[in-house]
Amino acid sequence: MIDGIEVDAKAGATIRSAAETVGIEIPTLCWARNLNPANACRLCVVEVEGTRPLVASCSRTVEDQMVITTNSARVRENRRSVLELLASAVELDWAESELVAHFVEYEARSDHFDGTKLEEASKIHDDLFAREYSRCVLCYRCVDACGDQAQHTFAIAIAGRGFESRVSTEFDVRLPDSACVYCGNCIAVCPTGALTPLTEFVMRTESTWVQERQVVTHTVCAFCGVGCNLELHVQDDNIVKVTSPSDHDISLGNLCIKGRFGWQHLD
Amino acid sequence: MFGVGGGTSSFAEIEDADLILLWGSNARDAHPIFFHHLLKGIKNGARMWAIDPRRTSSAKFADTWLGLEVGSDIALANALAREIIHNGHADEEFIANATSGYAEFAASVEDWTPERASDATKLPTAEIRALALAIGQSKKVQICWTLGITEHHTGVDNVHALINLALLTGNVGRWGSGLVPLRGQNNVQGGGDMGAIPLRLPGFTDVSDAVQRERCEREWGASLPDQRGWHMSEMFDAMHERALRALWVIGENPADSEADADHARAALSGLDILVVQDLYLTRTAQLADVVFPAAAAWAESDGTVTNSERRVQRVRRAVAPPGEAHDDLEIIFDVAKICGHDWGSPDAEVVWDELRRVSPSHAGMTYARLSDLGGLQWPCLDESDPGAPFLHGRLWQQPLVGARAPFAAVEWRPPLDTLDDDYPFRLTTGRVIDSYNTGVQTERYPSPIRTGDTLDICRADASSIGVTSGDRVAVASRRGAIEMTIRIVEGLPRGLVFSTMHFPGAADVNRLISDAWDPKSGTAEFKATAVRIDRCASEIVAQ
Repeated sequence: MIDGIEVDAKAGATIRSAAETVGIEIPTLCWARNLNPANACRLCVVEVEGTRPLVASCSRTVEDQMVITTNSARVRENRRSVLELLASAVELDWAESELVAHFVEYEARSDHFDGTKLEEASKIHDDLFAREYSRCVLCYRCVDACGDQAQHTFAIAIAGRGFESRVSTEFDVRLPDSACVYCGNCIAVCPTGALTPLTEFVMRTESTWVQERQVVTHTVCAFCGVGCNLELHVQDDNIVKVTSPSDHDISLGNLCIKGRFGWQHLD
Repeated sequence: MFGVGGGTSSFAEIEDADLILLWGSNARDAHPIFFHHLLKGIKNGARMWAIDPRRTSSAKFADTWLGLEVGSDIALANALAREIIHNGHADEEFIANATSGYAEFAASVEDWTPERASDATKLPTAEIRALALAIGQSKKVQICWTLGITEHHTGVDNVHALINLALLTGNVGRWGSGLVPLRGQNNVQGGGDMGAIPLRLPGFTDVSDAVQRERCEREWGASLPDQRGWHMSEMFDAMHERALRALWVIGENPADSEADADHARAALSGLDILVVQDLYLTRTAQLADVVFPAAAAWAESDGTVTNSERRVQRVRRAVAPPGEAHDDLEIIFDVAKICGHDWGSPDAEVVWDELRRVSPSHAGMTYARLSDLGGLQWPCLDESDPGAPFLHGRLWQQPLVGARAPFAAVEWRPPLDTLDDDYPFRLTTGRVIDSYNTGVQTERYPSPIRTGDTLDICRADASSIGVTSGDRVAVASRRGAIEMTIRIVEGLPRGLVFSTMHFPGAADVNRLISDAWDPKSGTAEFKATAVRIDRCASEIVAQ
């Protein structure tokens, strides 16, 4: 039973995916279709009858006769706090549009808490990647995509403790000196714009990135015989970014360096 | 394979395999997203054997790496077959029901003892025996390969040797087992399917097939030759003999990509007329009399491409081509019009629907279905057909429907370019992860991991020549000499050096390669060149 609706869910399904089957959307920040649940952001919490704490619906699996409430006052209060705490430490103005919408939905105020912001210089070590720790919410998506859930390159992990936690290369070496192969599968899953292709980063900092003027066209990569699907983000007749659809069974949102950045030869 | 020109399996099948043979393929670098599927297979419990002279980035994920001698693949495959037979692991029921030529094949491999194969491959007999046992004991084996198998003077025989292993153990026609040739380019499969091969018509039917020829003649209102044409290697021979005088090159850079590049450039320069249609002014285009600037097919025009799992997918125009560049279709229609054939206004979907009328395998693939379903795998016979994730399931039907799948006895012949005291090193070429073919497109984006025109070599060989990383050397073959920069790497055995072909402007590697080609495929032996490496490079090249 989810929000009063009888749900016939498959064994092993998560609460969040079961809710989706009856049209109930549960917000999330760290969950991604092509990754395992990281259980990091706590935005997807719900109430389960008989369980004292709120539970993370992205990873908790359904049980027979479970009674779940996804949008109670207590749940909403928690989600608002999560959003406000994140906003107190992190810049969220480049975040996915869903995240911005959550602030409206849960009446969260980014200035509610007077937190300390990370004010570190952008890390730009090459012509393809930009990393901004000031936008990172430590959701682990990039680490998981680089690691054993997709790319298996293991170039990045979380280093440090508490407020000093950072996504880092081995021994914090510069990215070109690390194991990184520049597939950008970390960029693809970043929900807050902490990781961006350099082209997007430059346009955003110069205020020439205008999402509303962008059209996305689906096509197929031309750099080998695998046939990865591409989403070409086009603004004013120029490609400004390439991504891959996370629901296509060939590429599952992932690409290699040629697929994600090779388009730049057209400029 | 078995009369059908395509890989047998879907990429997803490797996730359910028990045993993965990655043979002559560095998919980690050359097909990175296929490798994601392969890694899922390993996580699901598959064992993986990497069979490659180099310990590549792919081989590092393998349970076992077999670093065989370049060009000794048939010796290994034949010995594996013999061991499988002697172990009692041949699938006799499948062989009896669905194959032909088994007795002759079994006799042909009987001499291939592990000891004899060990001499040819330089692999320990224990590893040959262990792999044979692994194949024999696995239910679902995926055999994947790339140009490490096909770019030899015995390329077609190499492929047959792998097919033999699949037939011997019944590893074809079932989900999770199969033969997976990974195509190097986005539409190699589609080009062949469309009939852009000298002996094929659209639908991959032979030009001698009267029924298909008549179907095309009716559609096109023209009579078609019933004789095969020239493949590219034959065309170059014909250019040298002046039997071929005019050439129209579309989206290819043979001046850089052909083996024995000096010879190829001479052939192109000697033509009466050379027309080149390309995105950029490539080295080939610089030799041309006429250049048609073309649109980028994947972003500036509409159409389809077919991937390595026979999946036809839509490419779409997202941006306008620059300057005077035009869609390939427009250019061809315009030339036809000048030649007196008005084909109307070019429309990719209209051309596709014409193909659907002449190729039964594509008949069910409307543009709408291709979009809605994320592509379709041929054969797709009508608009209710979901397409074919894997081929040859019929081989498991009893009684058998259709033709038997033939074994092909193949004999090992070592590379033509032999090593001797003058040319003691084996040079093999291949791709790296951030670049593509002759670099026409990939040199135009800023990769932070570009290695450039290096000659990769193991530390021991570098020491023996007296060079270290960063040193310039002269690399000479029986065709010519070029300068390169030494890079000492892990993963190469003694006597083997490696280079990419991505930077012909800086290191014209294909000048070194022999243009002797496999008479069955027309593919040159890019993987096995005998070279000499010397210090003091500039003096030797100048001579």
